[in-house]
Amino acid sequence: MQLIWDGLFVGSFYALIALGYSMVYGIIKLLNFAHGDLYMLGAFIGFAVLSSLGGIPASLSIGALLVVLLLSMLLTGTAGVLIERFAYRPLRGAPRLAVLITAVGVSFSLEYGISAIAGPNPRSFPIRLEGEVFNLIGARVSLPQIVLMIIAGLLMIGLNGYIQNTSTGRAMRSIALDRNASLLMGINVNAVITRTFFIGSALAGAAGVMAGAYYGKIDFLMGFIIGLKAFTAAVIGGIGNIKGAMLGGLVLGFVEAFGAQWFGGQWRDVFAFAVLILFLTLRPTGILGERVTERV
Amino acid sequence: MSENVDTTLAPKKIRPPSGRVSRLFESKWLGWVALAIAVAAPFVNATPYALNIMTTAAIFVLLASGLNIVVGYCGLLDLGYIAFMAVGAYTSGIVAKAFDLPLLFTIPVVLVMTVLAGLIIGAPTLRLRSDYLAIVTLGFGEITRITANNLAITGGPSGIFGIPGILKIGDFDFQQPAVFYYVTILVVAGFVLAAARLGKSRLGRAWRFVREDEDAAEAMGIHTYKVKLLAYTFGAIWGGFGGVLFAGHLSAVAPTSFVFLQSALVLMAVVLGGMGNMRGVVIGALVISLLPELLRDLAEYRYLAFGVLLIVVMLFRPQGFWPARGYEPERKPAEEREAVAVAGEQR
Repeated sequence: MQLIWDGLFVGSFYALIALGYSMVYGIIKLLNFAHGDLYMLGAFIGFAVLSSLGGIPASLSIGALLVVLLLSMLLTGTAGVLIERFAYRPLRGAPRLAVLITAVGVSFSLEYGISAIAGPNPRSFPIRLEGEVFNLIGARVSLPQIVLMIIAGLLMIGLNGYIQNTSTGRAMRSIALDRNASLLMGINVNAVITRTFFIGSALAGAAGVMAGAYYGKIDFLMGFIIGLKAFTAAVIGGIGNIKGAMLGGLVLGFVEAFGAQWFGGQWRDVFAFAVLILFLTLRPTGILGERVTERV
Repeated sequence: MSENVDTTLAPKKIRPPSGRVSRLFESKWLGWVALAIAVAAPFVNATPYALNIMTTAAIFVLLASGLNIVVGYCGLLDLGYIAFMAVGAYTSGIVAKAFDLPLLFTIPVVLVMTVLAGLIIGAPTLRLRSDYLAIVTLGFGEITRITANNLAITGGPSGIFGIPGILKIGDFDFQQPAVFYYVTILVVAGFVLAAARLGKSRLGRAWRFVREDEDAAEAMGIHTYKVKLLAYTFGAIWGGFGGVLFAGHLSAVAPTSFVFLQSALVLMAVVLGGMGNMRGVVIGALVISLLPELLRDLAEYRYLAFGVLLIVVMLFRPQGFWPARGYEPERKPAEEREAVAVAGEQR
């Protein structure tokens, strides 16, 4: 039970970040390497906001966290938009290799930019969520875990509703199918892509703040491994598929929890990666993915 | 009939480079000049420190030339290239220590291991879109490091030390810094030349074709999967030899030498120098590895600058500072062809 709960908890983080990966990939077929670093950026923005607000009474920490969360999401989202505007948009239509390398460059700049500003050493988050631990059907569960999971769940449900029900969401889905046809149908493709980046980055930022508040420690390379895992989650679920990303995040969370239990914690990352290779070999389209034929 | 068919797959014939600087760079003697400078360098400054830096730079050149095969020729983005160096260094270190062999004799094992590693990663991912390869190699790089960090045979976090030298004949030890430097230069020069020659071979043309348009290449009868896997495996071998030299140079191997940053730096050298152009890549590698020695004060902003530079280069000069020129001699009737071929090879 404990394992399932842990898996569920970690998995919801992965799912949040995988969503951004998947959305961006679905729409412009770009692997945004910098996505994990946006998560890191979100954590640091949350850190900066909290520090500037100064002494918040500990009792308010959850309410304060929500405000910080929204603010950080806004700022991280804006950062994502800027990155898209200046680094990715000029290269739309350029060879894939050029775009990928640019993405690596963006990731690098974010990491070492933050390192230059905030220093290379880990910072401890000003507020640390601590709550009572109680037993829930055989698993040790803490209050902050539940709160964070509810936030993650709400964000995902909100996003799903947004994509399914609003006109922008419809535009996103149509661009994912055929960008040129969407353009002909009068969709402002650039605006929609910008919005996609905003949402994806904001979600990553939210995950970053939540991780900072929960684990209490942030550093400028924290986005690297998590970005890798979020990609794994996106592949497991079927990349480009929103629901798949959520599912993939949870599956990866479970797999890791059980893998760490069986093989020891230091092999956790190796295990997650082996799952990625396995999926790419056996079912590259993921659990929910459809077979996509590459058009020439 | 065949004479009338347009057989040039390469870009349209471009004027031979004009301008003094370009002509100088395109000169066929450039490689020899570079080698001569490398050979002469210890006579100018042979302090252990200088030799150490120059040897490191030479190994870096070897890595960059290997990655150039993968990224530059074939257009496959490998973000975990340093992992092959890790595989090579660890394999040769472990084998050499276990059997008390000079490093030279571990090369066959290293060869097998790196090719194996290349196949394990390349075989499943190269069938997919090239984006997948990028992120899988990124993961592979990390995983190799983590594995080395956790296994007993690799010495855990402290790594392996006390690795025997590359070779010892009688009293003459090849491990002396100056001798090792020359050995390194020799090996690196050989590999760089081999990589450059590969790029001009039939296989090299196939690689470039796959890079430019994979679907068209496949339609023209190139077995793209096989060709890509070959590029990847060659890259792995180059990396593995870099690892052997690395292990010999430091006589110790530790997981911290193989972080993502290193892979990124090698990639940087390839991209900045000009993807696909071996000369550009060699210069790029030298700049990337020697510049930090000159700019020690700016260390904090170095990587930030590298990242920004990557973006800027991709935006404004995606072919690198010194791109490969699509200049290939046109096909001539048979009697002229030979002469042109000879000229082309010496270029």
